[in-house]
Amino acid sequence: MFTKGTKRKFSDPGEEPASSGDPGPAAPSAAARTLSSSYSLQRQSLLDMSLIKLQLCHMLVEPNLCRSVLIANTVRQIQEEMTQDGTWHIMTQALAAAQCPADRLVATEVLCRQTDAAAQAGQSPKPFSVVGLQEGYHSEEVVMEGDVETEVTMSSLSPLSPQLSSASYLTGPFEVGPCWEEEDEEEEEGDCEENEEEDSEGCLSDGEERDQDHLNADSRTGEKVFGTFEIKHPASPPDPALEELFSDVDPSYYDLDTVLTGTPKMGPYDLLESLSSHGPTALSSSSSCRSDLNELDHIMEIIVGS
Amino acid sequence: MGEDAENPKINHTFLRDYVTEADVISTVEFNQTGDLLATGDKGGRVVIFQRETESKDELEEAGETGDSGEYNVYSTFQSHEPDFDYLKSLEIEEKINKIRWLPQQNAAHFLLSTNDKTIKLWKVSERDKRPEGYNLKDEEGHPKDVSTITSLRVPVLRPTDLMVEVRPRRVFSNGHTYHVNSISVNSDGETYLSADDLRINMWHLDITDRSFNIVDIKPANMEDLTEVITAAEFHPQHCHLFVYSSSKGTLRLCDMRASALCDRHAKLFEEPEDPGNRSFFSEIISSVSDVKFSHSGRYLLTRDYLTAKVWDLHMDKGPVETYQVHEYLRSKLCALYENDCIFDKFECVWNSSDSVIMTGAYNSFFRMFDRETGRGVTLEAWRESSKPRAVLRTRRVYTGGKRRRGDVGVDSLDFTKKILHMAWHPSENIIAIAATNNLYIFQDRVNT
Repeated sequence: MFTKGTKRKFSDPGEEPASSGDPGPAAPSAAARTLSSSYSLQRQSLLDMSLIKLQLCHMLVEPNLCRSVLIANTVRQIQEEMTQDGTWHIMTQALAAAQCPADRLVATEVLCRQTDAAAQAGQSPKPFSVVGLQEGYHSEEVVMEGDVETEVTMSSLSPLSPQLSSASYLTGPFEVGPCWEEEDEEEEEGDCEENEEEDSEGCLSDGEERDQDHLNADSRTGEKVFGTFEIKHPASPPDPALEELFSDVDPSYYDLDTVLTGTPKMGPYDLLESLSSHGPTALSSSSSCRSDLNELDHIMEIIVGS
Repeated sequence: MGEDAENPKINHTFLRDYVTEADVISTVEFNQTGDLLATGDKGGRVVIFQRETESKDELEEAGETGDSGEYNVYSTFQSHEPDFDYLKSLEIEEKINKIRWLPQQNAAHFLLSTNDKTIKLWKVSERDKRPEGYNLKDEEGHPKDVSTITSLRVPVLRPTDLMVEVRPRRVFSNGHTYHVNSISVNSDGETYLSADDLRINMWHLDITDRSFNIVDIKPANMEDLTEVITAAEFHPQHCHLFVYSSSKGTLRLCDMRASALCDRHAKLFEEPEDPGNRSFFSEIISSVSDVKFSHSGRYLLTRDYLTAKVWDLHMDKGPVETYQVHEYLRSKLCALYENDCIFDKFECVWNSSDSVIMTGAYNSFFRMFDRETGRGVTLEAWRESSKPRAVLRTRRVYTGGKRRRGDVGVDSLDFTKKILHMAWHPSENIIAIAATNNLYIFQDRVNT
């Protein structure tokens, strides 16, 4: 199931982490596995929430740049961590497999609805309900063993841009950061209790059995629920005539709008692609991983036709 | 507001609490003498209050000692109107982000007010005399028929009812692409700075068609943007120094003598991150929402989401004092992120002697910290629990241990009632607290 070069999660039973130099705990118990799953789920929901926040456009007034930057940084941070422990790669694979490009229609009204409701204290609706995806999302959000969970939750959210599998952000060492996970588990547990998304608790007991059914259901539900994203057009090269016309205008502001605050044209994971293509380059990588990934990217690009 | 409070007037409260968005106060500022207090609101209006100077006789009659004047409305004017950016097809809010008074130089008062894009200089002057006896106009101002004039006279000034006139004297526009978050008047009395998310400009008060860009943190590629400017202020005594804070929790002290463009800081103030408290929200809660120099100019006060910190300008490795404003929210960060409260920008203020700092919180609470003892107190700006001239009682958020009567549970806090804006009188213990659409003025009644 895992492709070559993918780092095995330290929560996998019976796997020895010594070869990869992982300084994490040696023998993960069932409890650790559950903690790790809930942490992954928390992280996942945080990622989705952040992307929705960036996506929902208050298009009457210019969006708050500080807020957008902070949310974008959070998304990058999660993405970095997921890259480090290998779940990012799994996720993009699953999404590439599950996506249906024909569904990418825009529902501008849905996406651009203002989050006034979300401002009520103590009664904040789930961000997904604002976007109208609640039904579809609940049926997908089942906690699975290991990495399949992320597979399922991610595929339920959107047909992905194929360019997510670009090499630039996957050049991670694929090392689990155990200090991170250990420290954050407790905190994220606490957050889990406070989290408004009660379905995460409700679903914890469900379905290791149901993963296959859900994977199949995903694509169908995805078609039904996710006709929400327009076909993403690659950024067109600057038109010299237009540039001259608007020469006194600061053009990069519009890029920022597109990247950080989103327009109806972009699905949430298109944002990820824009962010990640300029992601941190300080991560080291092993050469064998890199060549495999480059190959895979190349194949992906051909398949989905960037 | 507490969960054990039985409020029989709950129906009335609901109706009374309906707030017009435009009435929400967005900034509060005393002038340098404290006689005037200005508030700006989301509707672009500015309301100026003036302290009444009661006569000595009245004071003695009332049995009060000391100057205990109340603040009454002095003038109201529309500072900014809603605007529209045709190029981006976006509205420009008329909300007043900041007001700063200029030091008084003559009988008139001057203040700067800004919305997201445009800064305006207003002249506030009094008129209590008017000329009467014009030759060419009659008393209503209509031109007279020249043939009826048989003699000439000199117009005289006669006393009239006090009129407060507010006129725009300068409009500083087109200086900012991003949203202006701060303005600060320089100690030189001639210049001021305005800061937006990515740039800081310096203006001369008399020149509106030009400004100097002194800080620019905009990256060449906007996709590389990870940090914005959140606040900026000039040093109270040194006209060449200013500080600006960022969304990553750093403070930069800049010296304008070093270079024209102060992208390189003279000093960088940053606290090393606490690895034990690290979470996905660490960066967001480290973002500095306000920065203020102490009156002495020796210290800086900053506010981030959970704490208020005092920094010594001579020590850039970390704050010298840290005050927990509402540490009980640390376990709620995920929910506060979801409802966007985590992005609330609280202000912070010094008292006149720099011995006490104050900042706001939720549930109409605000906190004061005594720097000498390190102790903090929680007070409430809420109509129901304080009558005029009643002594404020301290409040408490229940976080464990023995529960006292009046304690408020963390889950009962009303996050829509935020105390974001406040001001402290420059020389006395008088504070102005903005609570949504209400302004509370509290005075210290200690008998000296």
